[in-house]
Amino acid sequence: MKHIQTVNKPTLQETIKKGGCGECQASCQSACKTSCTVGNQTCEK
Amino acid sequence: MPERHLLFFWEIKTAMKERIHKFEQGGEYILLDVNSAAVHLIDRMTFDLLDVFDGTNDDEAAQALSGKYPESELREVLSELHELMDAKQLFAPDIDVPPTFAAEGVVKSMCLMVAHDCNLRCGYCFAGTGEYGGKRELMSNEVGEAAVEYIIGHSKGRKHCEIDFFGGEPLVNLSVVKHVTEYVRRREKETGKIFKLTLTTNGLLLDEDTRNWLNANRVSLVLSLDGRREVHDRMRPDAGGNGTYDRVLKNFRAMVDSRGGKDYYLRGTYTKYNLDFTKDVLSMADAGFDVLSVEPVVAKDAPYAIKESNLPRVYEEYDRLTEAYLKRHREGRGFFFFHFNMDLSGGPCVAKRLSGCGAGHEYYAVAANGDLYPCHQFVGRGGYRLGSVFEGVTNKDLPKYFRESHVLNKPKCADCWARFFCSGGCHANAELFHGDIREPYEVGCAIQKKRLECAIRVQAELALEKAGKKADV
Repeated sequence: MKHIQTVNKPTLQETIKKGGCGECQASCQSACKTSCTVGNQTCEK
Repeated sequence: MPERHLLFFWEIKTAMKERIHKFEQGGEYILLDVNSAAVHLIDRMTFDLLDVFDGTNDDEAAQALSGKYPESELREVLSELHELMDAKQLFAPDIDVPPTFAAEGVVKSMCLMVAHDCNLRCGYCFAGTGEYGGKRELMSNEVGEAAVEYIIGHSKGRKHCEIDFFGGEPLVNLSVVKHVTEYVRRREKETGKIFKLTLTTNGLLLDEDTRNWLNANRVSLVLSLDGRREVHDRMRPDAGGNGTYDRVLKNFRAMVDSRGGKDYYLRGTYTKYNLDFTKDVLSMADAGFDVLSVEPVVAKDAPYAIKESNLPRVYEEYDRLTEAYLKRHREGRGFFFFHFNMDLSGGPCVAKRLSGCGAGHEYYAVAANGDLYPCHQFVGRGGYRLGSVFEGVTNKDLPKYFRESHVLNKPKCADCWARFFCSGGCHANAELFHGDIREPYEVGCAIQKKRLECAIRVQAELALEKAGKKADV
């Protein structure tokens, strides 16, 4: 494309059906402790 | 056109606008497709066109910008936008609560307040320098063991569980930390569970024996340092009012070196007193640490509190930090910054994004006496006691309320572009400012959104540089 460059291969819609295993770290157990930051976590699968 | 039809079309246009977020960051025009999490770098013409284009109105959009750009080029952009729509990377459909988000949470994570006591007197401490509004108190071995058993008994099929030793300062009760750790390691073998252990410390008591023990027992660390000496010492004096920077920096250096630079975060807090916090982040990096986090203080009616009027300055500083982060990365001396970490292609699933921090339904805090609270920040707050590690959860309405207080159920979050990244923000902060976990803390939201824009820019830039694909769009 000339005007648009896509950066990533997004998977959010795919995870509507197959996510939810719950094995990832609770986000508040990471470095934050005073804010909720979920989007910067990585899926453990 | 009848009025109700006009309203209908207005609603569709509004709904489509809520599916995207476009912004300028560091000279780049960036488009986020909210429901697919696709990130696109776009040119200025595309940026302008998206003020009008809603996926259905090509002619209207082209006409609206015909005085500014050539028609042929506008049609090119529209064609590219339709390609993205066909690939479900633009105006992707709204996301509702999926079946993968179970009605009840599974508790597999706990924060153990092993010491309601501290050897520092931090000016901004949400725990009231350790007491959490009560008396100074240390957790017993029995409470610690009961907390471990609570997780094992309630984490169902989850293999990975977590305990964070917190305080106050957990190292003032090191014997209980050691006892609980040994207990965990024994119970892991008996149950097949895997516990990730973390300890959050101010570093004053990190001597050689403690270092060796923490390393031998695979305890991850969150080390508290506020950046520059003068910034740290102003807010983090010891009980005698003396600065602690030199002592803790020496201990942190030895600690991190002794584990080969692995399994730690160096974490600071910034306040209104150091809105030039880029200097603090770089000071931490210059001291040889490369896994960093610096967070805004959360405070109400305090002289150091960050107010709405400070936001333009805060935004400016995140711009500065973003450029400094990228510059250092390109120079080969980059560092991790917690809020700029983002996996654009393999981030959390929708269920996780609805679970948010997990407070109150996947994650509990255990007070020194064994009382359970939704998270460490709720400890001691009236009306938020869930029960105890001995009797279990007696206030059964609270976990349900926390579980259902996800981002799609918060009126101010449901149409926010950042909803699947911040997951509705911190419940404790919302409760502190509004007395309601479903009404987010506005200054926190504003800072979060700015950080996300910076993080998206950083990750987009790095991904394309790595792939050698940075194009001049």
